[in-house]
Amino acid sequence: MLSVSGLSKTFPSVRALDGVEFTARAGEVHALVGENGAGKSTLIKLLTGVHRPDPGGTLTYDGREVSFATPLDAQQAGISTIYQEVNLVPLMSVARNLFLGREPRGRLGLIDFRRMHREAERALAELGVRVDVRRPLRELGVGAQQMVALARAVAVDARVVLMDEPTSSLEPREVATLFGVIRMLRERGIAVIYVSHRMDELYAICDTVTVLRDGKVVHTGPLAGLDRLRLVSLMLGRDMDTVQDEGLTKFTGEHDAGREPVLRAEELTARHRLSEVSLDIRPGEVLGLGGLLGSGRSETAKALAGALPVDSGRVTVAGTRVRGGSTPAAIRAGISLLPEDRKAEGIVPGLSVRENIALAALPGLSRFGLVDEARIDRIVDTFVKRLRIKASSAHQKVGELSGGNQQKVLLARWLAMNPKVLLLDEPTRGIDVGAKAEVQKLIDELAADGLGVLLISSDMEELIEGSDRVVVLKDGAVVEELTGDQVTEDRLMRAIAAPAGESRD
Amino acid sequence: MTTADIGSPVRKEAPPGAEPLGATRAERLSALAQQHGALVTLVIAVIAASLSFDTFLTGDNLQNMALSSAFLAVVALGMTFVIVTGGIDLSVGSLFALGGVLAAWGSQYGTLVALLLPLAVCGLVGVVNGLLIARSGLAPFIVTLAAMLGARGILLAVTDEGSTTYLVDKDTVFASLGQETLLGLGVPVWITLALFGLGALVLRRTRFGQYVYAVGGNEDAAALMGAPVARTKIAVYTVSGLCAGLAGALNAAWLVSGVTILGSGMELEAISAVVIGGTLLSGGFGFISGSLVGVLLLKVIQNVINQIGSLDSAYQQVVSGAFLAVVVVAQTWLGRRQRVL
Amino acid sequence: MTELTLGRVSADRARLLRLLQEYGVYLGVLVLLLVNIAFTPHFLSGENFRTQAVQVAPVLVVALGMALAIGTEGVDLSVGSVMALSTSLISLYLGYGVWIALLAALLGGIVVGLANGSLVAFVGVQPIVATLALMVAGRGLALVMLPQLKQVNDPDMAALGSGDLLGVPYLVLIAAGLALLVAFVVRRTTFGRQLLAIGDSRPAAQLAGLPVRRVLILVYVLCGALAAFAGVLATARLTASDPTSLGTLMELSAITAVVVGGTPLSGGRVRIGGTVAGAVLIQLLTATLIKHDLPPSWTQIAQAVVIVLAVYAARERGKR
Repeated sequence: MLSVSGLSKTFPSVRALDGVEFTARAGEVHALVGENGAGKSTLIKLLTGVHRPDPGGTLTYDGREVSFATPLDAQQAGISTIYQEVNLVPLMSVARNLFLGREPRGRLGLIDFRRMHREAERALAELGVRVDVRRPLRELGVGAQQMVALARAVAVDARVVLMDEPTSSLEPREVATLFGVIRMLRERGIAVIYVSHRMDELYAICDTVTVLRDGKVVHTGPLAGLDRLRLVSLMLGRDMDTVQDEGLTKFTGEHDAGREPVLRAEELTARHRLSEVSLDIRPGEVLGLGGLLGSGRSETAKALAGALPVDSGRVTVAGTRVRGGSTPAAIRAGISLLPEDRKAEGIVPGLSVRENIALAALPGLSRFGLVDEARIDRIVDTFVKRLRIKASSAHQKVGELSGGNQQKVLLARWLAMNPKVLLLDEPTRGIDVGAKAEVQKLIDELAADGLGVLLISSDMEELIEGSDRVVVLKDGAVVEELTGDQVTEDRLMRAIAAPAGESRD
Repeated sequence: MTTADIGSPVRKEAPPGAEPLGATRAERLSALAQQHGALVTLVIAVIAASLSFDTFLTGDNLQNMALSSAFLAVVALGMTFVIVTGGIDLSVGSLFALGGVLAAWGSQYGTLVALLLPLAVCGLVGVVNGLLIARSGLAPFIVTLAAMLGARGILLAVTDEGSTTYLVDKDTVFASLGQETLLGLGVPVWITLALFGLGALVLRRTRFGQYVYAVGGNEDAAALMGAPVARTKIAVYTVSGLCAGLAGALNAAWLVSGVTILGSGMELEAISAVVIGGTLLSGGFGFISGSLVGVLLLKVIQNVINQIGSLDSAYQQVVSGAFLAVVVVAQTWLGRRQRVL
Repeated sequence: MTELTLGRVSADRARLLRLLQEYGVYLGVLVLLLVNIAFTPHFLSGENFRTQAVQVAPVLVVALGMALAIGTEGVDLSVGSVMALSTSLISLYLGYGVWIALLAALLGGIVVGLANGSLVAFVGVQPIVATLALMVAGRGLALVMLPQLKQVNDPDMAALGSGDLLGVPYLVLIAAGLALLVAFVVRRTTFGRQLLAIGDSRPAAQLAGLPVRRVLILVYVLCGALAAFAGVLATARLTASDPTSLGTLMELSAITAVVVGGTPLSGGRVRIGGTVAGAVLIQLLTATLIKHDLPPSWTQIAQAVVIVLAVYAARERGKR
């Protein structure tokens, strides 16, 4: 139905896709998997007309070679997309959302609401959803909203339906309904492309799987015969049989961890994101947080740092309870977070290296509200040297630095606060090899200095070699904790791949 | 397949940052207050006013009120379209004055010119506003603020720096548009009512109207769903310009002259009326009839303040500003509880 | 080869454009000065300079506060109404002495600023909308307190309005002093740094633990206080309180001065020097047109065009 061949996409700095071959057949549910940066989202955007492919690649749809200039072109051709976030208008009624742009019209070109409501009800009933289609969309649960998006996608005579992590905010019951719909689509001969990180879902609903890694297709074939562990190792790019300790990272490994945890989190729960996550971080150790994308790793870090409000659970630092949902409170308690999205949530791009480093510590570096420039200079100087930050001067804008140096600036910002616990969310993502090694070495040194470090990384090697212990998350819950000799790639992959219910109680 | 009740409004103990909530009774009530609060207030205000002042419910007073409401209402009609898309048009006061002057000047060439000239010029200013906002991505408030100044400048330019006041010949058809009455109400009132009917039809029952709501409700989603976002935005600013120009022309016909000093602060009155009438300033929600109610409410308050001889008319500004603040705070609180995060 | 040259040319052009955006306002002032020196009779007189400077002073004081609000990616539309409120308060309280009157006027501005700031910081209303309400109500309140123009016959106020020190009018000295003070606050204080960080990237500022709400409220309070003070200055210059017309369209002039001066509407930067030059530029533009007998209509249309051009240029910078 829809296939691509020799598809490449180069952005100014990176080659996001490299000679990708991919075929979605009618009446088949095709899983598209891969870790962050593997090229999944780029492929989806090429298929739906958001991006244009590099010359040389071909896109064949329904037997003809095509090229889509805009998302609208692709939609009109019959390729519909369900996004992770519901992309509808919440204030408009269900029926209006369903029919926007193709409302049934009666005399004088006026919209025939009775017909529209009738047809909307029928379309939704076919998907097993019964709602008052006159009510605003926002009054529905996310699951039902997702169903409306689905109904809209199907109603436009879709031949191909792309679903980008459609279940990320659904209740189990709603997932079951969604799967029912997908099966129905399959029976109707529609090609479904299903993107998800949830192993259980993939095996429950998909027929075929294509694994992307570093912009290339590393595997494509039927899912049924594919072992879970094998799939995980394909995604992560680690061949489990030949996992050797090659010492590719700069970590030394063991640290002398203190006995008493410096940070203790108990049963942190946030609806849809975290369920009863408990963990300890001891001074002088690196605690790894394992799991696939969307397993709740970043959410855990944010909850610890007060940036994600939790419904229940508590965080204590050195025995004192930290007020939840407040970043300043967490920072005062000594918790520092290096966020995953460095550009949007970390750096202040328009300010200089110097001001970025001093930002959080400013109140402590001023007298009567006046900034003590000399002290800032000393601190900035110290950290620029210690972290080997490469900038033309301390007055260069941080937005102009390389990723690695931006990350070091952020580290310096937090180290200037003398934190007790450092939460590092993907500290080496998107930075070059040299800087990566430096950051890794730094993490090691910081732990050796007695800091408690939480490390989140999609880089298997980095996680295994950097961490003294690894807590494995899945669907927002802790499924296993690996300590000592257990911290191996093999064990980690097994923990991630285990079907639901096997390793959870 | 389970026909689970996932469709019915779900209500759970949800933390901030989780999924949107279903409507509780409280939220339904506040939504109801948003939709009909202005109407209820209007009814109460009318009853209170007629009990307090014998002169309030007299034919003359009502006719005057209806007539003076009509011009603001037409401006508010256009503003409603703009605000529903999440924009704002601060140029309408100047366009109102400009429309009046152009109509008065044009009336010497006949009724057609008197009507079409202001519509053409003010519509054009609206088109330029829309282009700058939709195509160049400039902030609506700054673009229309500049247009407010520019339109005032054009007005001064065509009136010899405000020293010439064009008069409308009382015997023309154009003048009769402002002067005549029909069934006891002035012609402008009937025109206004007709325009509101048309406006409501367009906003509620046409595809364009759906696009207006979609653009204001979630611009990105609207674009992904295939709505012509830029064209819709250009259209609403054009409508707003046209409405302001027409209102100015009708006003000139009523006053039989193109008064140059009119319209300052009218944009604020129009915005207040629209928002008080229940339209969300952040866009995506609103209705035409509410704006009419908002205008009437403002005018009744003004009338009452005028009737209390000791009170200055400035109180009206204080009251409508306070109204605006209360409504905006209520809307934001309401909206935040229901926002998708 | 061609591509390479092409690339260099476009890079050069981009740099030129950026330079123009950064320093264009100074260039504009310079050009206008030269044009006036060449073509306007009696332009180079001390009297003329004094007149121009005195006229620009209140606009500049308002623009300083506006620059802070715009630096946080906000805006304050209520400044004109605050000026009106301030002039009414002065007239009402002048009987109790000039200092009491001054205090009352400033308090009025601070209260409006507090209201604006709370709406923005705590309720989360967009700044345009939040300040719009007080733009409407503020002038009404001013007119309620003082329904019509009233002469201000106070020797101290008159001295403030027309006195000078070594030939430099007090008004100009005060405005210049305030500009220096605000520049100092932006550059040298914790508050200034935090303000810029919040305007540049609010999520990052929040995650870095900055007191976002406190800073936002303080910004609107300062903006209100400065606008109120500008109202005092204008009252002193006119020796009259006229709440009907004082400060009308002031929000527009102030925003123009700030934006023309190179402070982007998208926040994260505050250029006080540019704002001063921006205010001077607009004043010069108006004066030039008037001096050459071009009618006010031209001035208004010219100002409208300048605003749109400045915002357009700032948009390009924001994108890059």
